[in-house]
Amino acid sequence: MDIFIQQIINGLILGSIYALVALGYTMVYGIMGLINFAHGEVVMIGAMVALSVIKLLENSGLPVFLLLLFGLAAAALVCMAVGFTIERIAYRPLRRAPRLAPLITAIGVSIVLQNLAMLIWGRNYHAFPPILPTTSMTIFGATITSLQVAIVLIAALMMIGLMILINRTRLGRAMRATSENPSIAQLMGVNINQIISFTFVIGSALAAVAGLMVSANYSIAHYYMGFMLGLKAFTAAVLGGIGNIAGAMLGGILLGLIESLGAGYIGDLTGGFLGSHYQDIFAFFVLIGVLVFRPSGLIGEKVSERA
Amino acid sequence: MLEVTGLRVAYGGIQAVRGITFHINQGEMVALIGANGAGKTSTLKALSRLLDISGGSVRYCGKELSILPPHQLVSEGIAMVPEGRGVFPRMSIIENLQMGAYVRRDKDGIDADREHVFTLFPRLKERAHQLAGTLSGGEQQMLAIGRALMCRPKLLLLDEPSMGLAPLMVQKIFEVVRAVADKGMTVLLVEQNAKLALEVSQRGYVMESGEITLTDESARLLANPKVREAYLGE
Repeated sequence: MDIFIQQIINGLILGSIYALVALGYTMVYGIMGLINFAHGEVVMIGAMVALSVIKLLENSGLPVFLLLLFGLAAAALVCMAVGFTIERIAYRPLRRAPRLAPLITAIGVSIVLQNLAMLIWGRNYHAFPPILPTTSMTIFGATITSLQVAIVLIAALMMIGLMILINRTRLGRAMRATSENPSIAQLMGVNINQIISFTFVIGSALAAVAGLMVSANYSIAHYYMGFMLGLKAFTAAVLGGIGNIAGAMLGGILLGLIESLGAGYIGDLTGGFLGSHYQDIFAFFVLIGVLVFRPSGLIGEKVSERA
Repeated sequence: MLEVTGLRVAYGGIQAVRGITFHINQGEMVALIGANGAGKTSTLKALSRLLDISGGSVRYCGKELSILPPHQLVSEGIAMVPEGRGVFPRMSIIENLQMGAYVRRDKDGIDADREHVFTLFPRLKERAHQLAGTLSGGEQQMLAIGRALMCRPKLLLLDEPSMGLAPLMVQKIFEVVRAVADKGMTVLLVEQNAKLALEVSQRGYVMESGEITLTDESARLLANPKVREAYLGE
């Protein structure tokens, strides 16, 4: 029972991070029907920048809270700039191209970003500086650190903020209108290019937050970390129904839970044949399962032919 | 108010509009009629920049429109009700109307205009919070017209407002269009239903295979034997 609750908590933490990243995939898909496979790399860049800034300021005597805040602010700024630039130079020229072209470009962008990161930060694993408080509490026999509580709370706040932005503001209305029908939105006076840029920027800011969370939670960052994380967040977006904002949140949390429960019990289930390091297979079982049995996702409305 | 000279529109290699010239005066309602595929909708879509203009000039209040970014047309006072209505199906009626007023910032004025649209189409008010996708075709057409009015346009472009609607609904919609025009709005009406279009408008142009073949006052076009034979089924 202790393990069960512990794995639920771990799953919620992991799931919050997946959800933040999945939102980036789903928002871009919703607005321009494009799977931005480079999004995982934006998360990685966020993690790397945050880590570098925090390392730099580590011995400055600033309180931990400010260190994290500065790291996050730098990461968010860099990621937003990267997201904006990717759209401008890689996707915008292909707006009217056959749908396969931007998809291949997305993979290309992903490789370019990964290699850039390798040039800047090297091939080594970077350890997160030991600045974080190690206080933890026990709930029903399961342990959760204060960092993990913060991760779940901040992720929840950001998602609520995003929901308000999209459902209650003029800008959010313009985003939804563009996603439903770009040419009609343009007739209403919406500058489509601006809305698309904005979508990339918002998604990238969420990615920066997720990047810091991942590297802080696992105490590590690496130029290759965006690949698997991106694939899993993409799976989460598909699970919830790609293009659907609430779906990405639900899919992220569910995938986190499935993974961590799977990892917790896989040993028992297979009689010790597979261990918890096989946790990655669950995400892909989920992806295959969704694509075969419910391609529109849990709360997706329709399957676009672009998917 | 609107001066179109030598307008050309092409899809790939096919010319849908072959250099047409027409004009609309301030406060006028002008009908553009013709058979299916004559190029009427392409003309309208080019004016609203949903389609690229491949040649010619479109001058509106002395300004060249063809070089303006498409999303700035609304701010110039041009609104369009697209063919097939084009409402946002997953937004409520209220939100669709808000989108119509997207470029405006005067909250009080917007609220007043929304109430005005609700008096023109009381049906919309009853369903204000319903998603547009769940409305009937006629209600969607009302919404599309109401949405276009929300930007307080000077020039209203209407594309086939009668298409696919029951006769009673068509009548209701045209009553509103007529009322709006009577208050001084300039209207360009594209219609396949030539009789209806010529009855409500002052002047008309007849389009055939991408060219304007005939123009006159609407009343005289209605009486023109050629028009009667080709478009009024006599």
